[in-house]
Amino acid sequence: MLLSQFLVLGAALFAFGIYGLLVRRNIVLILLSVELMLNAVNINLIAFESVLVSPEAIGHIFAIFVITVAAAEVGIGLAIVLMIFRNRKSANVDDLNLMRW
Amino acid sequence: MTLLDWISAPVNWVFAILGVVVLFSGFRVVASRNIVHAALYLVGALAGTAALFLMLSAEFVAWVLVLVYIGAVIVLFLFGIMITRAPTGLDEGLSSDQKALPALLASGFFVMMSWASIDAFGTQLIGSSGEAVPTEVIGDSLFGRFVIPFEVVSFVLLAALIGGITLARRDLSPAEEEERSAV
Repeated sequence: MLLSQFLVLGAALFAFGIYGLLVRRNIVLILLSVELMLNAVNINLIAFESVLVSPEAIGHIFAIFVITVAAAEVGIGLAIVLMIFRNRKSANVDDLNLMRW
Repeated sequence: MTLLDWISAPVNWVFAILGVVVLFSGFRVVASRNIVHAALYLVGALAGTAALFLMLSAEFVAWVLVLVYIGAVIVLFLFGIMITRAPTGLDEGLSSDQKALPALLASGFFVMMSWASIDAFGTQLIGSSGEAVPTEVIGDSLFGRFVIPFEVVSFVLLAALIGGITLARRDLSPAEEEERSAV
C-alpha cells in the first residue's frame, strides 16, 4: 500500500466537502458537508500514523479528538438550526439575510 | 513501483473497492436531491472510512467512528432533518444554481492537494504489520501524555451539552411560566 493513495482519497473527500459547503442551501446539508471534510482529515491522520509508527499512537489520539469535537459541533449546530427554524420557519441559508449588508 | 505491482497486491484491490464506495457515497452526500438520502449516504461514506481504518490497523478508531458517527451523529442529523422539514421528498431548493464556480474551486483544491501529496510521498510504502494497534497503547497515551487535552475535550463536550439544551429548549411565555409555577 502506498501512503499517497490514502492521501489522494482524503483530498478527494475533502474536495467533495468543499463543493457541498458552497453549493448547498439547507443548513443541515451544510453541516453534513462539514462532517465529510472532518472525515477526510481523519483518513490523513490515520494514514500518517501507520507510516510514522509512534509508540504512543499519537495519530490515533488526534483522530479521536477530531471525532469528539465533531460530535460536539453537530450537537451545537443542530441546536442553532432548530432555533433558526423556530424563529424564521426556514432552514435555508438564503433566507437568513438579517445581518447582510 | 509500477502500476502492475500495485494491481497485483490483493490489499490494493480492497482499497480500490472501499475507495469507490467512499467516493460514491461522498458524492451522493453533496449531490443528492433528497435530504434524507444525503444523510443516509453519509453512513456509507463513514462505514467505508471505518473499513479503511481497519486496513490501516487502527482498530479502536474504526469502532469509535462506527459508534459515535453512525450510531449517534447520523441519528442526530435525521432528527434535525425531520424537525426542520416535514415533507422529506424531492426538493429543488436544496442546492444553489451556481454550481460551476464551487466545482472549479473544489477540483482545483483536489488537484493541488493530490499533486502535493504525490510529489512529497510518491513511493512511500505503508509497512503494514497487519497487527492492530492495541487499545492498551491508546488508553495509556490518552490518560498519560494526553490527559490534559483529554480533560479539555471532556469540558468542551460538557459545554456543548449544556449549550445544546439551552439553545434548543423553548422559552415559556410569562403566562405559561405562571401557570407552571401555580401547579
